[in-house]
Amino acid sequence: MSIEFIQEVLPRLLGGLLLTLQIVPLSLVLGFALAVLVALMRLSPNLLLSGLAYGYVYVFRSTPLLVQIFLIYYGSGQFRSFFQEIGLWPVLREAYWCAIIALTLNTGAYTSEIIRGGIQSVPWGQIEAARACGMSRLLLFRRIIFPVAIRQALPAYGNEMILMVKSSSLASTITIMELLGVTRQIVSETFVVFPTFAMAGAIYLSINFGLTRGVQWLERRLSPDLYRPRETGDAIAH
Amino acid sequence: MGILSFGDGGWGDEMLLGALMTISVAVASFAFGLVLGVGGASLKLSRLAPVRVLGDAYTTIIRGIPDLLIIYLLFFGGNGAVMSVARLFGYTQYIELNAFTVGVFALGVISGAYSTEVIRGAVLAVPTGQIEAAKAAGMNRLLIFRRIMVPQVARFALPGLGNVWQLTLKDTSLISVIGLVEIMRTASVASGSTREPFTFYLLAALLYMLLASFSNRGFNAAERWANRGVRRA
Repeated sequence: MSIEFIQEVLPRLLGGLLLTLQIVPLSLVLGFALAVLVALMRLSPNLLLSGLAYGYVYVFRSTPLLVQIFLIYYGSGQFRSFFQEIGLWPVLREAYWCAIIALTLNTGAYTSEIIRGGIQSVPWGQIEAARACGMSRLLLFRRIIFPVAIRQALPAYGNEMILMVKSSSLASTITIMELLGVTRQIVSETFVVFPTFAMAGAIYLSINFGLTRGVQWLERRLSPDLYRPRETGDAIAH
Repeated sequence: MGILSFGDGGWGDEMLLGALMTISVAVASFAFGLVLGVGGASLKLSRLAPVRVLGDAYTTIIRGIPDLLIIYLLFFGGNGAVMSVARLFGYTQYIELNAFTVGVFALGVISGAYSTEVIRGAVLAVPTGQIEAAKAAGMNRLLIFRRIMVPQVARFALPGLGNVWQLTLKDTSLISVIGLVEIMRTASVASGSTREPFTFYLLAALLYMLLASFSNRGFNAAERWANRGVRRA
């Protein structure tokens, strides 16, 4: 692997990285909002709402992401006139938006289960106490349930974010030139296989390493009680 | 429903064959992954630090980069690598690996990294007191492994391995990009020729759901069997 090759190829890879770093946060944010909604539906006493949420989560968790992407990107073409009529075609025609929709729906399903677990882990006594203080349902959710649930769900959500960074590479199968798409393009132009893939792999690894570290930092910040350094503990005990 | 019929006019039989290919790839990769998982777990649990680093590097790298990248790398780079190894042994002919071999190797390496973590956790879950007791009873290392470790590690690892299996099953869809004719590839070809992509990708999704729910039942039954003598609170 020569220095010239790296100098020539790295800017292009970083250009692809830029698109990856656009797709991933956008789908994560949209997917998170969807997930909160779905988790609440799933926990609702209304059987229709919880059944709908369960069905959505079940379907998206038991099929491969690639099928979901192809179903939305290629599958929508079968109903082109219908989508044109209701004005959604300009969105579904674009591979970019199809990828965002597929990734959002996919991460929404997985994240809703993580959030549901978090919400269910909130001790019942805290909810009773908040009710006894006269909190409304909205205030109870905002001040008690959500903050506690988020802390509980954070480690699992960190894994989901890493999965999304990796999953976003599937967007390259529907012509999107994100990091892996650019990498493949370079390989097919230059026939330099291993160094090119290794560079892309190193970029993915460093994003995920950074993410892991970021989540660890956030965990410590949000629950300082769980991560008190041992020295301080000893000092208090003495 | 003519296009989904079995026989010359329909794609029913092709989709079924695709599903069989998906199952074969998934089973072969999962089995290969289990072998790598046992190896990887022994690396990670080794007493020697450099060996542990090797195990850590394997799981960190494979779990930190996209599966599709690993598949592409082995598909585009695999032939060259195998040929240069063969050249060391004096074989200079052109070797071409088929998509099945590359696919099983790639998916096996991926599922092996996840299996490593599952098996490592299961090994650590065996109480050390039992090992000490076995040593005190005069068992040698092989007997301890066979009588004490294997039965319990298998039981502890089963739920985690069930997850790895589901992951591997879904990952087989990625092998379609290198041309192996499994469910996804068949669905692509069929949608191209019938111009009904939604129908075929929906059918593909249903097939994956079917496979996932059947194998889930299998794993649940296996867990019940493995835990048959365990008292539950």
